Parts: sequence; structure tokens; C-alpha cells
Amino acid sequence: MPTPDTVERPATGPDPTEPAGPEAGPDRLPMPAPATRRDLRAVLLPAAALLVLICLWQILSWSGLKRPDLFPGPGAVAAGMGDALLDGTLQNAVATSLGRGVTGFAISVAIATPLALLLAQSATLRAALGPLVSGLQVLPSVAWVPAAIIWFGLTDATVYFVVLMGATPSIVNGLLSGIDQIPPHYGSVGTVLGATRRQQTLLITLPAALPAYLGGLKQGWAFSWRSLMAAEIIAVGGSIGFGLGSMLQQGRDLSSMALVMAAILVILSVGIIVELLVFSPIQRRLLQRRGLLTSGAK
Amino acid sequence: MTTSVLDEDPGTGTEPSAPAGPPASVVLDGLGTSYAAGPTVLDGISTTIARGEFVCLLGASGCGKSTLLQILAGLQLPTAGTVQVPSDGAAFMFQDASLLPWLSARANVELALRLRGVPRAERRALADALLELVHLAGVGERRPHQLSGGMRQRTALARALAQDRELLLMDEPFGALDAITRDLLHEELDRVWTSTGRTIVFVTHNVREAVRLGQRVILFSCRPGRIARQWQVGPEVRRNPAATAALTEEITRQLRQEISGHAHP
Repeated sequence: MPTPDTVERPATGPDPTEPAGPEAGPDRLPMPAPATRRDLRAVLLPAAALLVLICLWQILSWSGLKRPDLFPGPGAVAAGMGDALLDGTLQNAVATSLGRGVTGFAISVAIATPLALLLAQSATLRAALGPLVSGLQVLPSVAWVPAAIIWFGLTDATVYFVVLMGATPSIVNGLLSGIDQIPPHYGSVGTVLGATRRQQTLLITLPAALPAYLGGLKQGWAFSWRSLMAAEIIAVGGSIGFGLGSMLQQGRDLSSMALVMAAILVILSVGIIVELLVFSPIQRRLLQRRGLLTSGAK
Repeated sequence: MTTSVLDEDPGTGTEPSAPAGPPASVVLDGLGTSYAAGPTVLDGISTTIARGEFVCLLGASGCGKSTLLQILAGLQLPTAGTVQVPSDGAAFMFQDASLLPWLSARANVELALRLRGVPRAERRALADALLELVHLAGVGERRPHQLSGGMRQRTALARALAQDRELLLMDEPFGALDAITRDLLHEELDRVWTSTGRTIVFVTHNVREAVRLGQRVILFSCRPGRIARQWQVGPEVRRNPAATAALTEEITRQLRQEISGHAHP
């Protein structure tokens, strides 16, 4: 940690007769300097780890422990990915899955947020439904796939339903725990300032619970993405479009291990990219703005 | 809780003892609070606070001073007696600044304006003016964690003033500050009080602070909290350092007595 800069202080030390300006006396704070070295490390270290893993993978495939068609090397998988890119199936699959994932996630947020606010307001309701919500969070959402297929057939509704059941409990629990952690005097501040119930919720409760809510959203997105893949693998055909999960299933049907591994890598990459480009920056900014994250630490 | 406006009574003859002074802002009559299974916190508090008066409530920690303030603010209800406060409620400044950490200093002040119903277009200029009033011009963009303790309390004062209520309640607002900053803020509070003419009820356990700021100092006894004694601090006392010191000493002696009298029951 760099030493705080001590500008504006005369070399003779504090002068007690100094007149009282706006920031006079002990009212001075060093402002933290922005960090750029950390950002570089955050990129370089994972990239190096990835390189090491690919090398290991290559060595393992050269060792000939498994037949090349059962355990293709990085080159073969890259070729499989290239083929899928060239005929456009890969782009289409990513677009379809990502579009569904985002839509399903948005629906989950729209349902989970008011639900959590409702549960936070009523102790009775929370006592009644809280355990159920926590239980649903543990239940693998793939368990809903057969039921969804029976109810909705092979349509997009099936996919959205499974995503919804996967994401909603996490978001509800995230927001609830955020509301539980709000220091009670924020509520008093709202009351004293004359906030109505609605203003109290929108202007005090929600912003105060935002860090934990964001944690819940992040987990909710992870569950959305997982549920979506499970649903796409199981429910293929009908009016359901061709997503990444369908691509994975197609690879299995064609006994094309290169396609299967390519699909796995793409699914993984989408997850990482969304985390790095969407959630991480938002979370970091949020915590920094509240002074909860100093520039040196993660 | 009885809440009523008091300035409509021109003196109908039912209160022969009331002098023709300024109208009352707060009237407490036999006020008491006790918890169901616990001790009595406040007992038989009766006093009248005139409009524009600066009253300091003094006492050891846990005497019910803060509880009384919460009752005046409507955050708690008394279990006995009646309270009359201005019908538009009171502005409140908390022990810790309790600024909202996700809002900048200006936005914290603007929130109070918004909840008071000030239209959006006027909020910013008003908030800036209030920050200037407490000598915080130019730091409106900073967030609470980027402000020192003194600046946070000044922001909280600006927020309390933004509420634009005639009655301002302050709960040990400068308790956590160093002596120099506290001194500065005393001057500023004095200036703000003189220029805005608010009624201020100020809770503290610091005798010096009470004598420095208050026109009247009310000493609380402990368990249950009762009014032990009151002193008027006239301008002649305040301008005379010797008289101020003598009064401070006298009040300190009384406070010690109150504390020791209950330390060994």
C-alpha cells in the first residue's frame, strides 16, 4: 500500500492559529490512487494458467493412453470448432442460447425481485415460504425438465420454465439476505426524512441491499445458464431452436468427440466472459463506490 | 401520542402562569416510558420548550436522553403522559452521521429535499446552498467514505437542515469527533441556529458542550430518567469565561452526584 500523500501540509507542522477553512484541521483525507497493475495481473495470470492446461492436454493426447477419436487433442477440437464456425452453426447456437439465457434470466429477475420484497415485508409469509425457496435452490432444476416437457411440449416455454425454476430461488435468497443485513438505522433515517412505505423500499431498502442482491443475481445467472444447457440437451427437436446444449447432444449422436469438447469449451467460455464482462465490473464498481473495496485487495 | 399545533392559542386565560413569551414548540407533560418486563426508562418528564430555544439534555449514558429524542421524533411511543410537537414533525441528526453510503454528500442532502417534496429542478441548487452553509462547498460529489468524521457530521447537519422543520433534534452529534473539529462545528451550529431560528434539542453527556451551546441545560437523573435540575445559560454567562467555567463546574458536580448516587444503590 502506498503511503498517503501529505500535500498541502506546511513543513512547519500544523498551525493552531490557522483560520478555519472548509477542510481545516483534521478534516483531511488522502484519496486512494486508482490501480492499473492489478488489472494486468488479473488478465495475465489466468491466461498463463490456461496455456499450461492446454499444454498438459496436448501432452496427454500425444501419450496415446486413449484413442485419438475418444480423446482428441487441442488441435482436433480447434478444427471441430472451426468447422462449426465456418458453416455458422456455432454462431447460431451461441446466439440462440445466449438470447434464451438472457430472456429467461430477465423473467426470473422480474419475478424474484417483487417476491423477495414481499417476503421481506411479511414475517408470516417468509416463515411459510422461506424453507420452500431454500429447498428449491438445492433442487437441481434439470429435475423440472420432464415435467416441463409434459406441460409445454418441445417448445421454448419448456426451456424458459426450467431456467426460471433454476434462477428464481437464488435471486430471492440473495435479495432477502441483503435486506436482512441492512443496518436498522437506515430505516430510521428514511422514517425521519418522511419517506412513505414505497419510497422507503425504492430509495432505502433496495439500494442498501444492492451488494447482496447483485450476489444473488450472479448466482441466479449461473443457475440460469446451467439449467438452460440441461434443458437444451434433454429437450431437442419440436419448435425448440438449436442451442449450445443441442450442439452438445448432436456431437454425442454423431460420436464426434471433437464437437462435444468444442461445445463444452464454448459453454464454459460464455460463462467466463459474462462473469468477466458483466458481473465483475459492476460488482467492483459498486463496492468501490461505497468504500467497501480498497484498490489493493480483491 | 398527542400531536398538535400550538401557535393557535393566543392565551384564552386557561393558563394563568404562561408568560407572554414566544410560543411553545414542544410541550411534555408527565411523559414516561417503560419496557414491559424491564425498568422504567423515563419517568414524569414535564417541560416546555419555546420556539427558537436551544435546549441541551445532559446526563450519563443510558439515562433515557436518546429515548426522549426518539419519542420527540416519532420513532418511539411513550407509555405514559403526553407529547406535543410541531405537526410537521422534526428534523433529526443521529449519533453517527448515518449518511447513506451509496449516495454522494450532495445526493444525501437531495434525498431529504426529495422526500420533503421539493421539485427535482430546485434540489441541486438548494443542496449546494446547504452544503455551503455548513462550509462543505465543493465536496458534494464525494461519497461518505471519502469524507472525514467532521465532514460527515456537517453533511448530516446539512441534511437535517434540508428537512426544513422548525424543530431540530440532535443526538450526541459530535460525540465521536476530536476536540478541534468539535469546536469548529459548535461555532457552525451556533451560526446556523442564529441565522435560521430553529428550535434545537441537543442531547449530550459533555457538560462543556451543553454550556457552550444551550440557552437552557436540563440535567437528567438515572434509572429512571427524570429531570434533576435545570439551568439557564444567559448571554452574560456565555460572554464571561469565568462565569462559564463556574457554571460548568457546578453542573459537573451535580452530574457526578447523579452518577455516583446510582452507582452504589
